[in-house]
Amino acid sequence: MIIAGLAFYLFAIIAVAAAVMVITARNPVHSVLWLILVFFNAAGLFLLLQAEFLAMTLVVVYVGAVAVLFLFVVMMLDLNTQVLREGLAEYVPLGAVIGLILLVEIATVGGSWLLSPEMEQVRGAVARTDITNTQALGNLIYTDYVYLFQAAGLVLLVAMIGSIMLTHRVRPGVKKQKVAEQLARGRTVEVKKVPTRGGI
Amino acid sequence: MDLLREYLPILMFLGIAVAISGIMILASYVVAPQRPDPEKDSAYECGFEAFDDARTRFDVRYYLVAILFIIFDLEVAFLFPWAVAFKDVGIYGFWSMMLFLGVLTIGFVYEWKKGALEWE
Repeated sequence: MIIAGLAFYLFAIIAVAAAVMVITARNPVHSVLWLILVFFNAAGLFLLLQAEFLAMTLVVVYVGAVAVLFLFVVMMLDLNTQVLREGLAEYVPLGAVIGLILLVEIATVGGSWLLSPEMEQVRGAVARTDITNTQALGNLIYTDYVYLFQAAGLVLLVAMIGSIMLTHRVRPGVKKQKVAEQLARGRTVEVKKVPTRGGI
Repeated sequence: MDLLREYLPILMFLGIAVAISGIMILASYVVAPQRPDPEKDSAYECGFEAFDDARTRFDVRYYLVAILFIIFDLEVAFLFPWAVAFKDVGIYGFWSMMLFLGVLTIGFVYEWKKGALEWE
């Protein structure tokens, strides 16, 4: 199918170009906006792999929520890229080494997938066509992988409690209306006649 | 490949949207007269002169709201495959999701009681 091939190259080229813009954009907020474009194109690539659920989750979770967190972090840190760029030359070797390690790791995974005899079965496996991708995931997550699923729930719980512990504090001296207290006053409600210019 | 055929209209919409928005931007450069003037960029009537950088530190509470949102966003993301496969996962899958929701409800009660959802 030629359209699928064209769509792949469209998404892949835009994703790589946007990823380059993420690291070269002068304004960190613009970097985050380019990153959102990368997320969208990665979602398109997932769709081409027929991983519908993953594609939609990428849009909902990463574009809808994680990008907002990134923007907040960028705003909060008060970044000055001019200052950050001064040490660029020192960090290039370290960055190149980390990039090389990542490349080797990806090549190892891909190579073992293609070459190892144990993967013969997996490569030959035919995806079921009678059920959708989302249903196939649902059949596995909640029964076969129930422990990992519950662990995900616990991780979310820890994240929730941890973020509240770290950032939430009660501010003293905040004036606000407490409806429940007002309603619970009952007979103690009284009307006072205050003398003019006298105050209470 | 049937699946990709279903998504073909969306790809077409995407192409049309990109084309139309590109034409609009290009046309405004080509058709409209371009006479730049510093007065045109200056603050108008009761507008302020820019007095500060927009990127200042702000309250961490916004971040807390965003984190709490992302957690419930993920919770809902887990609900979708469960709903689709509801008939196949059976009673076991049902209770496994109830446990998951229960764990997150503990967190929800905690944040409600702590007042993390109130803005003050």
